[in-house]
Amino acid sequence: MSRKLLLEHINVPGINTLEVYRQKGGYRAVEKALKTLTPEEIVEEVKKSGLRGRGGAGFPTGMKWSFLAKPEGVARYLVCNADESEPGTFKDRYLMTHIPHALIEGMIVSSFALGAKVSYIYVRGEMMPQIRILEKAIAEAKAAGWLGKNILGTGYDLELYVQPGGGAYICGEETALLESLEGKRGNPRIKPPFPAIAGLYGCPTVVNNVESIAAVVPIINDGGDEYAKIGIGRSTGTKLISASGNLVKPGVYEIELGLPVEEFIYSDEYCGGIANGKRLKATVAGGSSVPILPANLTLKYANGEPRLMSYESLSEGGFATGTMMGSGGFIAFDEDQCIVRNTWNFSRFYHHESCGQCSPCREGTGWMEKVLHKIEHGHGSMEDVDLLWDIQRKIEGNTICPLGDAAAWPVASAIRHFRDEFEWHIKEPAKSQTQNYGIANYAVPIEKEPVTEEK
Amino acid sequence: MLKVEEQTPVEFSSELLAKFDEIKSRYPEGKHKSALLPLLHLVQAEFLWVPTSAMDKVAAYLNIQPIEVYEVATFYTMYFLKPQGKYALEVCRTGPCCLVGAEKILSHLENKLGVKEGEITADGLFSFRGVECLAACGFGPVLQISPEYTFYENLTTDSVDKLIEDLKNKI
Repeated sequence: MSRKLLLEHINVPGINTLEVYRQKGGYRAVEKALKTLTPEEIVEEVKKSGLRGRGGAGFPTGMKWSFLAKPEGVARYLVCNADESEPGTFKDRYLMTHIPHALIEGMIVSSFALGAKVSYIYVRGEMMPQIRILEKAIAEAKAAGWLGKNILGTGYDLELYVQPGGGAYICGEETALLESLEGKRGNPRIKPPFPAIAGLYGCPTVVNNVESIAAVVPIINDGGDEYAKIGIGRSTGTKLISASGNLVKPGVYEIELGLPVEEFIYSDEYCGGIANGKRLKATVAGGSSVPILPANLTLKYANGEPRLMSYESLSEGGFATGTMMGSGGFIAFDEDQCIVRNTWNFSRFYHHESCGQCSPCREGTGWMEKVLHKIEHGHGSMEDVDLLWDIQRKIEGNTICPLGDAAAWPVASAIRHFRDEFEWHIKEPAKSQTQNYGIANYAVPIEKEPVTEEK
Repeated sequence: MLKVEEQTPVEFSSELLAKFDEIKSRYPEGKHKSALLPLLHLVQAEFLWVPTSAMDKVAAYLNIQPIEVYEVATFYTMYFLKPQGKYALEVCRTGPCCLVGAEKILSHLENKLGVKEGEITADGLFSFRGVECLAACGFGPVLQISPEYTFYENLTTDSVDKLIEDLKNKI
């Protein structure tokens, strides 16, 4: 069994209550941080831990904290990003549902480290049950003196509020989230200035993902150095992986970074293999935005070495043969799934969720959706595949926020690795309406390329 | 599409206004516009949709222009700009849920309820629509029912039938 830091007590009855959470050692990090550490020392521990943002970008959390501006007499804010809406990702919802106090404890320690007196947890609006759970837990914590005025007699005051979103994927982007929290449309802001300088209400602000904030608790309890010992290379600690699609046991798993992908998919400790005895066709390893990989490249690099669940290993090979860790939304496709249909589905999602500020994204996502719809429904032409490639290339990198890239990558990678399947839909329009292209030769490991001398 | 000229008279109860006040107190002085999204959720929970007249009242309460409310209500997908069934079923139709049969659930609902997506059944009880990812991919197919947003996971056509019967018998 691998080490569990966040989900260690997930199966303890009543762990969602303050009483049981306390019995299991909860709120020790608050006591330690507020009574024995300075805010600077906490930031230092988080830096030492090597913790990287768990929301998708993977930026080092401690470094993000150290960028926070601290002008005299200006309020600072910590905002937790619980807008989890990346297709394939549901770990934050799981954590907040079952162990809400883990997030609240992390929020108290992190707010103290950043000097925030008021902090917000921005939860996507659809998660009303989780909002109710968090509000109940906050009330419990406040009644017990862990929030409010003069916490533990240290003179530190903190108010914590839950803010519901309104159902918009774009609000997971930190500046769109801040706009939304200010009561506006979720249009991402142009950076710089970064939120660390001018964030919520124009004040210095840190926005962190739920899992990142919850991970601060074990980092403070055990020390940053201990946390950094777990994992592999620059991918330290444990990570929650949301596993979905055609798996025997989909769900949320806490893994030590560095676990082989093959073990994650097939071992009984994790996903238990592909459902209904079928074969794996492809995976999306880090949420819908990251490149899709065929089964062979999911399990191994192009040179045949095993691929691991870590930031570096998943992106090994660049976009040519690799993908990204993203938010840890692991989607598995069995042999009966249609890559064209799924790409169309994802494109519809990004078209639906584009905020409309930047033309390449607003127009391009809709265009890709239409072309993919055409191919999927048997009306495509060969030029359409090149057209798709052209559109995605013109979206990527040309928008204010990364939604444009997120919309382009799934299309680009699907064509890169599954072009045959797109062309089959075009050549066999009638057959493609009733049959699946199947697994083809994707399950065959790629031969190691012989090195040839350059002449 | 938002029809601003349409006016359905609404009254905000004192209980609702008390909830408004509590939410407004969460933000710093002068930043009360932050309360807009939570307030619109409360309005929708009360009236099961967000009529323009209610948006105007929210604008007056927050001392902001009505257009500031309209632009927010039309941007976010959760706010219903026209009446829905008493139980508005929202089925996730994004990739991971489709891998495990969400499209079947949507067409089953259409047959079962006898209405198309976005329409209301004759008895006023049900409406349904497909929505994008609800962050429950590992437990798909899923649907949620507003205004409580209760989740129903691992749906099958049988469990959907049972759910509909249960909701019908609730009244």
